[in-house]
Amino acid sequence: MSTLAAPKPTKPWAARPKDRVRDGLLLLTALFASYGFVALTPMKGKLAYFATFFFFYALFTSGYQFYSRGSASAKDAAVNSIVLIGAALTILPIGSILWTVIQKGAPGISFGLFTNDMALATPTDPLSSGGLLHAITGTITLIILSLIMSVPIGILTALYLTEIKGSLTRPIRFLVQAMSGVPSIVAGLFILSAVLYPITKGYSGFMGALALTILMIPTIARTSEEVLNLIPNELREAGTALGGTQWRTVTMIVLPAARSGLTTAVILGVARIAGETAPILLLTGGGDRVNPNAFSGPIGSLPYYIWKSFNAGSPEAITRAWAGLLVLLALILLLFTCARFLSARKIAR
Amino acid sequence: MSAITPEKVVPAPREISTKPRRSDKVFRAIVTGGGLSSLAILGLIAIFLGYRSFEVLRQEGFSFITQADWSITTDDAGNVIESHFGLSAMLVGTILSAFIAVVIALPVSVLSALFLNFYAPNWLKKFLISLIDVMAAFPSILFGIWGFLVLMPSVEYWAKLINHYLGFIPAFSVNPYIFSRSPFVAGVVLAIMIIPIITSVSREIFAQAPLDRIQAAYALGATRWAMIKAVVIPHGRSGVIGGAMLGLGRAMGETIAVFTVLNIVFQVNWHMLLGAGGNVASLIILKFGEASPYEIKALMAAGLVLFVLTLLVNAIADLIVKSTGKSGR
Repeated sequence: MSTLAAPKPTKPWAARPKDRVRDGLLLLTALFASYGFVALTPMKGKLAYFATFFFFYALFTSGYQFYSRGSASAKDAAVNSIVLIGAALTILPIGSILWTVIQKGAPGISFGLFTNDMALATPTDPLSSGGLLHAITGTITLIILSLIMSVPIGILTALYLTEIKGSLTRPIRFLVQAMSGVPSIVAGLFILSAVLYPITKGYSGFMGALALTILMIPTIARTSEEVLNLIPNELREAGTALGGTQWRTVTMIVLPAARSGLTTAVILGVARIAGETAPILLLTGGGDRVNPNAFSGPIGSLPYYIWKSFNAGSPEAITRAWAGLLVLLALILLLFTCARFLSARKIAR
Repeated sequence: MSAITPEKVVPAPREISTKPRRSDKVFRAIVTGGGLSSLAILGLIAIFLGYRSFEVLRQEGFSFITQADWSITTDDAGNVIESHFGLSAMLVGTILSAFIAVVIALPVSVLSALFLNFYAPNWLKKFLISLIDVMAAFPSILFGIWGFLVLMPSVEYWAKLINHYLGFIPAFSVNPYIFSRSPFVAGVVLAIMIIPIITSVSREIFAQAPLDRIQAAYALGATRWAMIKAVVIPHGRSGVIGGAMLGLGRAMGETIAVFTVLNIVFQVNWHMLLGAGGNVASLIILKFGEASPYEIKALMAAGLVLFVLTLLVNAIADLIVKSTGKSGR
């Protein structure tokens, strides 16, 4: 009787210590080479280090691969480095933007910022006077108003695309796509020409909200469509088999099942418009005091506040603009985290 | 015993019909109405902008898109004495900066999409995808101010380098020697704005590359790059081009980010490093503040041109992306 010795599982493809040491050495050599190259030639600056380092790293790794495994492997190693450069170039601006906003905005953040408005202050005043209460309340007003208008339309559009699937499905999907490409300034001009000039004849938060609605509908419609497509068809069939009309099936089964996904869609829509500037500049008038009435009188908002402070130009005003950007960015990141959390929970279930 | 045969009770057959109930009819009507809203909104935009700008377009005629000067003279009472509205400099500037943006953004986004799909470890992939999604939602004013205060000095330096070594090519020549606020700077800022868009479109297309072919390529001994070249790129080529067109449409319609970093000059300029450019959307913001009612109509006409332009670009992008499903099979 021979007993079969169970073979010990191994991972022949995993990196051995020798490989790790070799990779580390190649990296170090590339670092030294780039340092030496920059020191010896008239090139200077972070960019030069960055570029020469990647160049030498690509050169050394592919050279080594060519020596040990031939040209196909060398090409693979070179592409490896190039792909890394691409990823680094995508991440660098994000890192730079986040870092700059936090670094330059933090000095402008104080408690008074959230309790005062700019009614008695100008952007060039010292930072202790004035604040962005009017901007925050204004932005919230604009968001709520545009939510009231865009959520029903967006979700109805998504329902048409997923539940009714009429003969117009293809053209409507195309139009929603086209609508998401409408420049924000065109949406602003449209409200200006269609509502503000002929009917209301004055700046108000409602005008801004109308333009934001146009920009928000496609985001909500497309994300909701994706979510509703994920709802299993069995649920709809079960609803119909129990004698439910389509209306009852959709409202009592499909929509509740997609609730968290639809919330994600709405949050993404809000994140899309929270920092929209161009239509706000055309339509809201940008008041400096808290204006609770969204239907008459100019209303402030975060983008308008940032724009006004940035254009005032003095160091205090620029700090104000960065602080406003920090608040706006924090709002958008918060919304995104909520959306992530909700959609993650849906998948986990 | 007489058998009492009970009277057979046959219930009347229930009427079965596939006709929708009244509630369903109402429901379908409401949902269809909601679905048609996008058509209504797009149609209304075209109608109202066309209606407002009709007067200016009729007066300027075809020269509205072929002339470059933008001037209006009014007397003290506010009556228009003389006006010339031409959009060609702005159109050239819009196309130039959007084109620069796509040329820079396309390779970077394709490489980072490849990195996300085939190179990054799983934890890094998830983190980077959410980071890039957040970046796609950054407000344009953030890109504008960051671009003006942080990025522009470096980009001017790069522009000088390009001019120094490649200045003999007409497109890179600079005369007079002004580098700040050029279409190139605007193009770089726009490129950073559209990289997340093109990256996420390309990433989704690459992720759909058939797994059996990927594994077949590996089984035949392909390296990672050989596999990408043989399977992924042929599969995703047209989808990536569609993504680039989407980015182009976004770059053409961008307002605030371009306005902060571009020096608007009413003169057609093809030299991308020279500090004089144009942009239709920025023109509207620039002139809106002090515009007379007649000039507003001209701005509406500019908005109409921009609307049609972006609609065209998006339609082409949509067609290209739609046709990807069939390619590479």
